[in-house]
Amino acid sequence: MSPPPLRSGVAMSEVAVVGFAGADRSLTTSGVETLVPVITAALADAGLARRDVDFWCSGSSDYLAGRAFSFVSAVDAIGAVPPISESHVEMDAAWALYEAYLKILAGEAETALVYGFGKGTAGDLFRVLSLQLDPYTVAPLWPDAVSVAALQARLALDAGLFTEDDMAGVAGRRADGPYVSCPLREHDVAEVADGAAAMVLASRDRARGLRERPAWISGFAHSVDPQGLGERDLTTVPSAVAAARDAGLTAPVDVAALHAPFTHQELLLRRVVRAGAYLPFGANAMFSAGLSRIGAAAVEVMSGRARTAAGHATSGPALQQNLVCAMEA
Amino acid sequence: MRRAAVLGTGQTEHRTRRTDVSMAGLCREAIDRALADAETSWDQIDAVVLGKAPDLFEGVMMPELFLADAIGAAGKPLLRVHTAGSVGGATAIVATSLIRAGAHRRVLAVAFEKQSESNAMWALSIQPPFSAPITAGAGGYFAPHIRSYIRKSGAPDHIGALVAVKDRRNGARNPYAHLRQPDITVESVRRSPMLWDPIRYDETCPSSDGACAVVIGDQAAAEASSREVAWIRATAMRTEPTFYAGKDHVNPRAGATAARAVFKAAGIEDPLAEIDVAELYVPFSWFEPMWLENVGFVGPGQGWKLVESGETRLGGALPVNPSGGVLCSNPIGASGLLRFAEAAMQVMGRAGEHQVAGAATALGHAYGGGSQFFSMWVVGRQP
Repeated sequence: MSPPPLRSGVAMSEVAVVGFAGADRSLTTSGVETLVPVITAALADAGLARRDVDFWCSGSSDYLAGRAFSFVSAVDAIGAVPPISESHVEMDAAWALYEAYLKILAGEAETALVYGFGKGTAGDLFRVLSLQLDPYTVAPLWPDAVSVAALQARLALDAGLFTEDDMAGVAGRRADGPYVSCPLREHDVAEVADGAAAMVLASRDRARGLRERPAWISGFAHSVDPQGLGERDLTTVPSAVAAARDAGLTAPVDVAALHAPFTHQELLLRRVVRAGAYLPFGANAMFSAGLSRIGAAAVEVMSGRARTAAGHATSGPALQQNLVCAMEA
Repeated sequence: MRRAAVLGTGQTEHRTRRTDVSMAGLCREAIDRALADAETSWDQIDAVVLGKAPDLFEGVMMPELFLADAIGAAGKPLLRVHTAGSVGGATAIVATSLIRAGAHRRVLAVAFEKQSESNAMWALSIQPPFSAPITAGAGGYFAPHIRSYIRKSGAPDHIGALVAVKDRRNGARNPYAHLRQPDITVESVRRSPMLWDPIRYDETCPSSDGACAVVIGDQAAAEASSREVAWIRATAMRTEPTFYAGKDHVNPRAGATAARAVFKAAGIEDPLAEIDVAELYVPFSWFEPMWLENVGFVGPGQGWKLVESGETRLGGALPVNPSGGVLCSNPIGASGLLRFAEAAMQVMGRAGEHQVAGAATALGHAYGGGSQFFSMWVVGRQP
């Protein structure tokens, strides 16, 4: 059973991206202090003052930080005196963007600042991510995230969807060198990085006053698949298909930015989110990377380089959860 | 603004260790009861919002991912909220926003904590480099704030015990409550061991496994319901830093601001007169008088007097925590949603033995972190 898409008449052009800033390779101690310059830059990009933000929403992960309540210290970076209206998701900040988008659609806010941060290099990320798996039956085996992704790549290769050379091509490389986890080579795995990103949203009335050419959100949707690797089709990525459909992506957009931590995932997702061009994905700064991809797509629209664009975010093992944000001039 | 309403609620039996169920089983126990209470089927649920406190409490990173199928989210939008102790309330509020945005017709909000899966004290005690310690141990953290309240307000020593007796006796009327002590007395509370002066053992919340679920619908769904619904008249969330110059831990600005916002949006001018029942997040007994003042039911220094007068008991002018509250059941991530759900149950007339007669308007309240994250809603029999 699919959820009904956002009624297009309601969602169409009610909310726009009016500012963005990111630091996809920042070097930080806790991940929090990177937020101060990033948030400052996003607000400056939007021409908005901190006190003019109606709603704040963030995405981050305690397991990435290696401590409980890690997002609490981020509040110190945003200046919450006097108190602010604020929320947090334990997800990539792309989903925080969705929460903020709905807050504006609901009429509960006119402007929102969304941010994500994470220090992916603090530990062994691919081992940490194995703690996302079923704790009773799968996680005790400690399957690392690269090996889980390799299973998906193998299925896609065996199905003839693409070749190892095609995968290498995503990284601008040739399929040679040793495997990290067959069939994935080093160039098939996005670099793990620390990072932060911040985006400013505004309602229709506010956006027009803030920016000459905002990136209007024309569709925004996400979906999740059952986690079990044998319970879903790892090659068609049903939740990505549902997200793209519900975001109204019926025709190719001018440009898309996909959140694909592995090259085979970029190829799987290109079959779902069709675009004239794809912005290259550099470093995988978890919990801000998805928002950063939406930001990269939004910048293409705001700069005038594209009329339509889509940003994508993923979460969970082997593209379990997917989000698509479609934007237009 | 579009209207939204609670169509039904469900919760688990809360216990120290629910080793009879997995995390999925625990959530399903609450969800199945909520769906039945809401007369809603799985295929009518358009989206799921899951809330819980730190992942380290169970030792699973983003457990909503492995739970996606069990909580009915597969093939649907799934959001995972985490706003510290206020998260249960935030979960309900995010679900309400999904309805008010016009995105969905029926949304399932579910919150849980299964502390027996891991070790909460371990989870709270990790000290990563470059980060300030979070001063683990809630009792030790909050006791100085209570001492400050007593000193400022001149409250007599026994007020905390009065709250503990009321809540534990209320809990004895609630079949889901973890602690149920119908025979507790002020004397027995005051004989219980001192843990963090002035908080005694019997004035402290338990550590529970438990879950709560709420089905929230849009106006059409609410009007199609054959049962009473709880109309969500207003919601509010406010945040402030843990520490800053001028921070008042006894009467935090974020709590007062959230309360003013939620009452204003609900059109309530005199909360004490217009709210029939309140479910306040009271993890240590003394927080009842403190929150009565912070929320604005009474003025500064007056909270303990309302408690002492007995007006916060069942049958009083403002029954507080007729369910027994956090003092009786504390599955941390779910504790806030339980407050919100109990408020809804009261105005739907479905609170059983702890029903407040004629309750038409109720407040649900939650807080978290260092008294810095607040979430509240006002629900009513009428929109």
